[in-house]
Amino acid sequence: MIHSAADIPVWAAIAVAFFLLVGSGLALIGAIGFLRLPTFYERIHAPTLGTSWGIGGVMLASMIFFTVSSGRLVFHEILIGIFVTVTTPITFMMLARAALHRDRAEGNGNVPDKQNKSQVAQDVLGVNEPGNG
Amino acid sequence: MLPYPLLTLSLVLMWLLLNGFTPGHLVLGILVAVFASWAMASLRPDKPRLAKWYLLPKLFGIVLYDIVRSNIAVALIILKIGRRSHNPGFLTVELDVENHLAIAVLAVVVTSTPGSAWLEYDSNDRTVLLHVLDLDNEAEWRNTIKNRYEKLLMEIFA
Amino acid sequence: MSAIILFTAVSIAQLMLAAAMAIASVRMFRGPRAQDRIIGLDTLYINAMLLLVTFGIGTGRVIYFESALVIGMLGFVATVALAKFLMRGEVIE
Repeated sequence: MIHSAADIPVWAAIAVAFFLLVGSGLALIGAIGFLRLPTFYERIHAPTLGTSWGIGGVMLASMIFFTVSSGRLVFHEILIGIFVTVTTPITFMMLARAALHRDRAEGNGNVPDKQNKSQVAQDVLGVNEPGNG
Repeated sequence: MLPYPLLTLSLVLMWLLLNGFTPGHLVLGILVAVFASWAMASLRPDKPRLAKWYLLPKLFGIVLYDIVRSNIAVALIILKIGRRSHNPGFLTVELDVENHLAIAVLAVVVTSTPGSAWLEYDSNDRTVLLHVLDLDNEAEWRNTIKNRYEKLLMEIFA
Repeated sequence: MSAIILFTAVSIAQLMLAAAMAIASVRMFRGPRAQDRIIGLDTLYINAMLLLVTFGIGTGRVIYFESALVIGMLGFVATVALAKFLMRGEVIE
């Protein structure tokens, strides 16, 4: 089934456009931050912009568009939203643990040690990541 | 009969969302969900005990609000609008919560909020290692984790 | 009127998402370490998923939603397997 864009009211078109631009703009900002931030542990924060409200904005836009243009309630996009919200933290946690493990195994010294964590965590703030590997 | 009623209900809802609501799909979805929850029962996962389930919408609202706020904060840091460099750092927090499900929910909440990431939980001394993008006020971050999320989670999963 | 608004918004959103995908693949090629490349891949597939949903709004077809769902699920499994590989050196132990 194809719903034409022409037969939805202007307010709905403006709402769809707003959420679409907010969502894709946040995804773009997240990607830019992912490129610009200097260390791995900082970079891990940037893509969550895209996976939280980036996804949310685009899904809301899609829900509004299909609900208004087909005349019945369409909200199966919420499944993608729930799925991504639940799975992305798992991916990032596993990657961060893998990165910690690798940095500790190589003795890079920019991550807190497993023993006496709180003391070391205070000492190593702001040390940059060496670019090997 | 039904070992996991909530799981069965959400599977039926998901089936109907994916296939559209018709009486035939309702019957098929209920069949699939019942068989899936029986299969789940033979895996024997820990059954979550929700003490105050009516607090869940409150947690959901708080998390949604925090995600909006930190989305704006992290976007401003990336675009460097304030011309103020951020101050990233690691942070160790001692947790009091013991329920595994509550810890998992806390980890998902912390990681899906931009600007803070859950790195590693140590079950021996019950501390968690976090990484924070803007560690200007360490006490405030601790306070957010302990009082804003953990207290509520301990009430929900008593 | 609403067709013009929608067309403009969908075009701009597609451009931004394509730029985000390009940036993520730059980081994927540059590294410097394996974990950076894996997060680059993760960002790349999430943006591809958003791009597909945007295509769905632009063309008015519901079918793009399903491919977006499949990309999301497969991408998650792939990233978790890669993270596991980084940590242990093997996927199945």
